[in-house]
Amino acid sequence: MVAYLIRRIFNAVLTLLVVTLVTFGIFFMVPKLTGSDPALLYIGKTADKVALDGIREKMGLADPIMVQYGKFLKGLVAGRDYANGPDVTHCPAPCLGYSFKTEQEVTPLLMDDLPVTFSLALGAAILWLIGGVATGVISALRKGSLLDRVVMTGALAGVSLPIYFTGLLASAVFVYWLGWLPQGQYVPFLESPADWFVQLLLPWITLAFLFAATYARLTRANMLETLGEDYIRTARAKGLPERTVIGKHALRSGLTPIVTIFGLDLGSLLGGAILTEAVFNLRGLGYQALQAIKGNDLPVILGVTLIAATFIVVANLVVDLVYGLIDPRVRLG
Amino acid sequence: MSSVTPRPYLEVKDLTVRFETDDGVVQAVSGSSFSLEAGKTLGIVGESGSGKSVTSLAVLGLHRTRSNAKVTGQIWLDDQELVTASNEEVRALRGGKMSMIFQDPLSAMHPYFTVGAQIVEAYRIHHPGVNKKVARERAIDMLARVGIPQPSRRFNDYAHQFSGGMRQRAMIAMALVNDPKLLIADEPTTALDVTVQAQILDLIRDLQAEFGSAVIMITHDLGVVAELADDVLVMYGGKVIEQGPAIDLFQRPQHPYTWGLLGSMPRMDREVRDRLTPVKGSPPSLINLPSGCAFHPRCPYAGRNGDRSFTDIPVLTGGAHSVACHMSAEERTKIFQEEVAPNL
Repeated sequence: MVAYLIRRIFNAVLTLLVVTLVTFGIFFMVPKLTGSDPALLYIGKTADKVALDGIREKMGLADPIMVQYGKFLKGLVAGRDYANGPDVTHCPAPCLGYSFKTEQEVTPLLMDDLPVTFSLALGAAILWLIGGVATGVISALRKGSLLDRVVMTGALAGVSLPIYFTGLLASAVFVYWLGWLPQGQYVPFLESPADWFVQLLLPWITLAFLFAATYARLTRANMLETLGEDYIRTARAKGLPERTVIGKHALRSGLTPIVTIFGLDLGSLLGGAILTEAVFNLRGLGYQALQAIKGNDLPVILGVTLIAATFIVVANLVVDLVYGLIDPRVRLG
Repeated sequence: MSSVTPRPYLEVKDLTVRFETDDGVVQAVSGSSFSLEAGKTLGIVGESGSGKSVTSLAVLGLHRTRSNAKVTGQIWLDDQELVTASNEEVRALRGGKMSMIFQDPLSAMHPYFTVGAQIVEAYRIHHPGVNKKVARERAIDMLARVGIPQPSRRFNDYAHQFSGGMRQRAMIAMALVNDPKLLIADEPTTALDVTVQAQILDLIRDLQAEFGSAVIMITHDLGVVAELADDVLVMYGGKVIEQGPAIDLFQRPQHPYTWGLLGSMPRMDREVRDRLTPVKGSPPSLINLPSGCAFHPRCPYAGRNGDRSFTDIPVLTGGAHSVACHMSAEERTKIFQEEVAPNL
């Protein structure tokens, strides 16, 4: 178990290293190949030659690419100093460099966005997990009924409709038409939990609807498969009441595969929900990524990519470990 | 009841099981009747789809959870009628007075619960007052009685950690944990290695002697029936076509289908060059049964000498050894002695 854990963590780190290599390569080599100049991007179009050389020296842009990559990795792990003679700027670990646009350090910039993205992802995750699984189970138990058909049609709509449609529609109805919810800004949880909740309700529901649809279909399919298993017949043959047969024996196996997909979905959402954040004007990682892409802000894009990749890799690891705990047939090692 | 003679422990009268499907009504069992005394073993034999498993599931009331199933007739277990009983009444009997061993113990055991926990669960549902510790001891005791070594350690193992034979033993322990008076074994040895099959059959026989239960042994293996059963029921196309004491049935089988089953059974005393004679054709569709005698399309003797009576549905002759066939007893005896017996 310990050996397995060490091996998996080693693999995770290796995966992230490859991600840094690829993203770094793309973002810092492509400008070289296409003839655009990162130094120019840092300073702006009107910069003179002296200023450009200075920034090149300071940011290490004149170094060979592998040296730059090495310094970038060192910055991630131990922090780094950007120095041009007496002009020294220290960037503490994990250093992701400076934004082209705002000249702020990327790391604190993204850290500020994390609570928004976390609030959005976790709230939505709870909603869709409960909603999706519950409707899926009920659908499975009432297979072929009117309720089942209505739910599954709704789920099909949920899967097919893009978030910028459902999000805008929900805003139009609940904010502008019915006036039930405010059209406002993110409020930090610590500032006012009630406002935090009210402000996030619509984004949560919109995002959760998309995922709940998938989960309802998946849960329904899993439950139907499980209900046809021999061991469910055995449970009934033992004389267990139907609620135990469904609630204990069937749910236990029907929901196990949900754990995998839930972990992965949550992991990737923590890296930013670009569309949802954009639609509801939430300044999270996804929104930041969108702004960075629009503005060619390479260090920020690289930073968001790395953070998102980290969440996905960690989520994968957690899912595998959890699976070893909940499925006795899975052997870790 | 009005009759003077006591009712047998299990009596099934005119049992019919139908499933309504998109393709039509599946007539899985049509009007089968049989009875079983405590301590005796009834073998039910037939091909896949002959209605033997459906019959046993009907006795346990396991079709009740399927909305498309319709069960009619009477099932008397220990003077209680089960077809008209409430779901709760039947549930209380399931796993208690009557229990079942399934064909493939790996798929019949829950993969996520330990074998011990599943046995404890079966025990406690019928002994609500019993605490976990006592139930655990009972489960370990049962595991020991079915011959599982180191039962207190194996208690915590999962089904996939057991070998096939041990798994079926554990399944039997679970089925017997409440001392059922009726045990239904649905092809309990089919999924097992040949070497283990005999052990499991011995185990069932020993436990039956110990517990005095009535056993229904469902199988397509006549060898198993010959070894264990007191009485035999041969089913074809959802109907009982021959029934009687095992000795009679093996010595003087009456139905051409039974002859076919016997002919397709390998025997040690047969010459190696002799080929097995399978029953030609395939089992009938239960949605669209052949008219008249369901076996007539595969019967080598149907329509012999211009006899067209197979177009009527044959009825069981009644008596200790009963058969449903159009041919007269003399005719059948003659054919059996002259044409069938020499080749068996």
